[in-house]
Amino acid sequence: MSTDTQVQAAAEVGRARVRKEDTRLVTGQTNWTDNIQLPGMLHMAFARSPHAHARITRVDLSAARSMPGVVAAYSGADFAEEQGSLPCAWPVTEDTVVPNHPPMATDEVRYVGEAVACVVARNRYEAADAAAAIDVDYEPLPAVLDMRAALDDGSPKVHEAGNKSFEWSLVNGDLDAAFRDAPVVIERNYRQQRLIPTAMEPRAVVCAPSGDEFTVWSATQIPHIVRTMLALVTGISEQELRVIAPDVGGGFGSKLQVTAEEVLTLLAARKLHKPVKWTESRSEGNLAVHHGRDQWQRIRIAAERDGKLRGLSADLLADMGAYLMLVTPGVPLLGAFMFNGIYKMDAYSFRCTGVFTTKMPTDAYRGAGRPEATFAIERIMDELAAELDMDPLELRQRNWITHDEFPYTTVAGLTYDTGNYEAATARALEMFGYDELRKEQERRRASGDPVQLGIGISTYTEMCGLAPSRLLGQLRYAAGGWEHASVRMLATGKVEVVTGASAHGQGHETAWSQIVADALGVPFEDVRILHGDTLVSPKGMDTYGSRSLAVGGVAVRGACDKVVEKAKVIASAMLEAPPEEIEFSGGTFRARGGSGASTTIQDIAFAAFHAHDLPDGVEPSLDADATFDPENFSYPHGTHLCAIEVDTETGQVTIRSYVAVDDAGVVVNPLILEGQVHGGIAQGIGQALFEEAVYDDEGNLLTTTMADYLVPSAADLPSLSTDYTQTPATSNPLGVKGIGEAGTIASTPAVINGIVDALRPMGIRDITMPCTPQRVWRAIQAARGGDTGGSAADNGGDAR
Amino acid sequence: MIPATFDYVKPQSPDEAVRTLASAGDDAKVIAGGQSLMPLLRLRLAYPELLVDLGGLYELRGVHDQGDSVLIGSLTTLYQLTRDHLIGQHCGLLAQTAGMIADPAVRHRATIGGALSHADPAGDLPAVALVLDATLIVLGHHGEREIPAADFFVDYLTPALESDEIVIGVRVPKLGPGWGYRYEKFQATRQAWAIVGVAAVARRANGQVAEARIGLTNMGTTPLRASAAEQAVAGAAADRGALRQAAEHAADGTSPPSDLNARPDYRQQLVRVLTGRALAHAAGV
Repeated sequence: MSTDTQVQAAAEVGRARVRKEDTRLVTGQTNWTDNIQLPGMLHMAFARSPHAHARITRVDLSAARSMPGVVAAYSGADFAEEQGSLPCAWPVTEDTVVPNHPPMATDEVRYVGEAVACVVARNRYEAADAAAAIDVDYEPLPAVLDMRAALDDGSPKVHEAGNKSFEWSLVNGDLDAAFRDAPVVIERNYRQQRLIPTAMEPRAVVCAPSGDEFTVWSATQIPHIVRTMLALVTGISEQELRVIAPDVGGGFGSKLQVTAEEVLTLLAARKLHKPVKWTESRSEGNLAVHHGRDQWQRIRIAAERDGKLRGLSADLLADMGAYLMLVTPGVPLLGAFMFNGIYKMDAYSFRCTGVFTTKMPTDAYRGAGRPEATFAIERIMDELAAELDMDPLELRQRNWITHDEFPYTTVAGLTYDTGNYEAATARALEMFGYDELRKEQERRRASGDPVQLGIGISTYTEMCGLAPSRLLGQLRYAAGGWEHASVRMLATGKVEVVTGASAHGQGHETAWSQIVADALGVPFEDVRILHGDTLVSPKGMDTYGSRSLAVGGVAVRGACDKVVEKAKVIASAMLEAPPEEIEFSGGTFRARGGSGASTTIQDIAFAAFHAHDLPDGVEPSLDADATFDPENFSYPHGTHLCAIEVDTETGQVTIRSYVAVDDAGVVVNPLILEGQVHGGIAQGIGQALFEEAVYDDEGNLLTTTMADYLVPSAADLPSLSTDYTQTPATSNPLGVKGIGEAGTIASTPAVINGIVDALRPMGIRDITMPCTPQRVWRAIQAARGGDTGGSAADNGGDAR
Repeated sequence: MIPATFDYVKPQSPDEAVRTLASAGDDAKVIAGGQSLMPLLRLRLAYPELLVDLGGLYELRGVHDQGDSVLIGSLTTLYQLTRDHLIGQHCGLLAQTAGMIADPAVRHRATIGGALSHADPAGDLPAVALVLDATLIVLGHHGEREIPAADFFVDYLTPALESDEIVIGVRVPKLGPGWGYRYEKFQATRQAWAIVGVAAVARRANGQVAEARIGLTNMGTTPLRASAAEQAVAGAAADRGALRQAAEHAADGTSPPSDLNARPDYRQQLVRVLTGRALAHAAGV
């Protein structure tokens, strides 16, 4: 912690507690969905479309049905009456085209990997063998792969209604005035490549029928939403569905989804009256887990000669893929309010067109909309600095909101409650050695060193802690953004906490325990956190959008406060003092003055349990529920700096050093914060340097294994230097901000800015992500006027 | 992993292994560490009817000093190659290269015999075997024979083995005094296959590179020797400029593959740059 002294060190909040959940997670002493074994359980496997677009003319299941161990085989026709349409909860405009999306294709397939048939067999091996024996005839239809060409009049159609799903826009201020006569106007086109989320645990579903009721275990981020949606899709009554997310091995947004496989596993279990399990392989997941990003961005910025910004416009094309899934159209709009970043300007416009293509649908992926926006603004700030021949940090300083200007309503219409960009940047510069690196950069440039040095900067903020329900309603999202918690003191003085936020790696059990330990004055070890089961935790909005602490954690605190209020009434009777004279501290209620008699919260819990002598009107049991619906988003921010070496002979990019100073407000657990920052940065570097979902000209996914879809491991990453500042949020009583996505949002533009900074003297202004060695080398060759085998401006496509 | 169905045997001696292979014909596949075969089984790109697991042939593990050469049992793991004293002292290039393959978990299972028998031109050890002038000792039901590494890699994933033959050992001549070595591996990520690799051994004498051997990984359907560059470097001054000049010939005559990571012209560029660097290191420049 480097700044801010207002934050009082509390007993537990602020401690670097080792995570409670880690022992069972890292030793495997837990139940992942795929570990679940039920008596008589059957196994499902899918046959998937090998075509990007085709009419299904015949599905022959006879060979599959005769294979050993096969219990049943189904095509889309067998589910047609009951499978409904997979939900899109976020049609962003009144006229958004939301195509029918059958969980199993019935007459037409629209992406490679779409489920067309399935088998259910006694074990997974037999199921896989039989699925391979399913024979499907197709009549190929033209694929639609390039979202830009998809909008041409003559383009083949993905759906009858055409290839445009929606157009959404936002304009604030007088953009024409901002650009008219502007001394400097810069326009750039940026590509957000398509990404595959790659959670460590592949998806898995188990469905068990019991009478008319069903229990569904799913490796999901959103058991509550899945329950409601499965009811709506299948017609099974919601109260007859129980959804359990056991320990879940990561999501990154990919498990913020209601999937075809969840619906179909449930329907198969219903047809067969048997438990059915489905677990995907990594390759199946690469094909059929929703993808992320995939945008073209046209960014224009207008500024004065002194660098003062006048206005910004962002025009996006966003590839929806073949269908709209749970929040597909909403993802680019989560960036709609963020292209202005941390900067002040007078005018702003954002426009986004959602386009259908015959590829896997896109949806939430860590950061969801905000990485795209942050990339664009942080990249073009560097371009503007180059144009103005100004240090890129100085340009940022001239335009950012200063700490004394908060709360600040931005040109996009959000009110940032707090922030201190100066403090985070000052700390980052101190750790980084900026001036020395600039000198080394000069030396390498002057000597023509084959290894050039670049400095990458990203001064980001983001909106997270999703979200004020009222605002979500205004944006036409179907659900709210509140979160629920119950806190129960048990007879023995131990504490059970039920949270509606469903953890899948974030460390809720530890962080919530710290909050509760402080609020109730009980030992950290005495708190148990329950989550992820709609029977245990009946109300919740689950985990995504860096919302758990800033919304769910606040609800936990609210429930604790209610428990203390109730305990105080009981204490008042026990201590024979009026409630206003009872002090509560460290788990002890004490009568002020007089006798100084005291009792503990554990004793009160027992008194509330036996209820022998409770005051009139006080109900037995010491517990409380609370729901928190935030008034505003939370706005973490920070400054990331990296030193990048580019080997101009090979195109190899090496991140020599990386400094991240983030401000997540009050820090509940510095270890968890650091873990989130490290993982987030790694994932953002993945987008910058390694990852891309590549489809060929026929719409076949080429990156179906981890040998082709390259995710960085620890060995590919630099050692990160991280620190944090603490500027408490004022939009929630804990003063906390979300930190789950910040690293991913910040790091991608930092790395690309560093690469471009290294190569700018050659005339290079951009390299399409991922900046693989070949792409960097080709960009250098093109800049030198050599034979490139591809233009520098658009060197994506057939080869990385 | 959900492979197609197969039968499985685990022979207790090399003779039993080759007898089993002889009777099974082309439908059998040999597995040692599984570094390459397991992914193929998992992707159902390989569907042998019989898997012959050599994992029980403990006598094929270990490294033996044979005077001018070392004999490496074919089931010696990559991890052992990185740690073995004889290997480190006399064929350090093997140790250096083995330590760059995959990750520690894989290196504890993968074997030198498997890595060479797979004859993958993108594998690292085949090019190393070429420049070390290694000899593969092979057992079939007709007995033992020896195949020089230069003759072993016939085509893409095709070794010079009969269907009943297994590699039981690899004999590697010791690199004498004056020799240096280097493997330069260029990867998209540290666990990925080499986009290209360059193995070099060089002998330095009187301020010159007296002789050098250069092997190329993933530059064709088999591992290759960069003969033109070898000729160019013989007798060249031991300085960076001269070595770079010689390395300009490293890609001569190659037709490397094209994939998501690299098109052929880029592979050729990489090999020229990496050969210069590998030679410089091997020659102690």
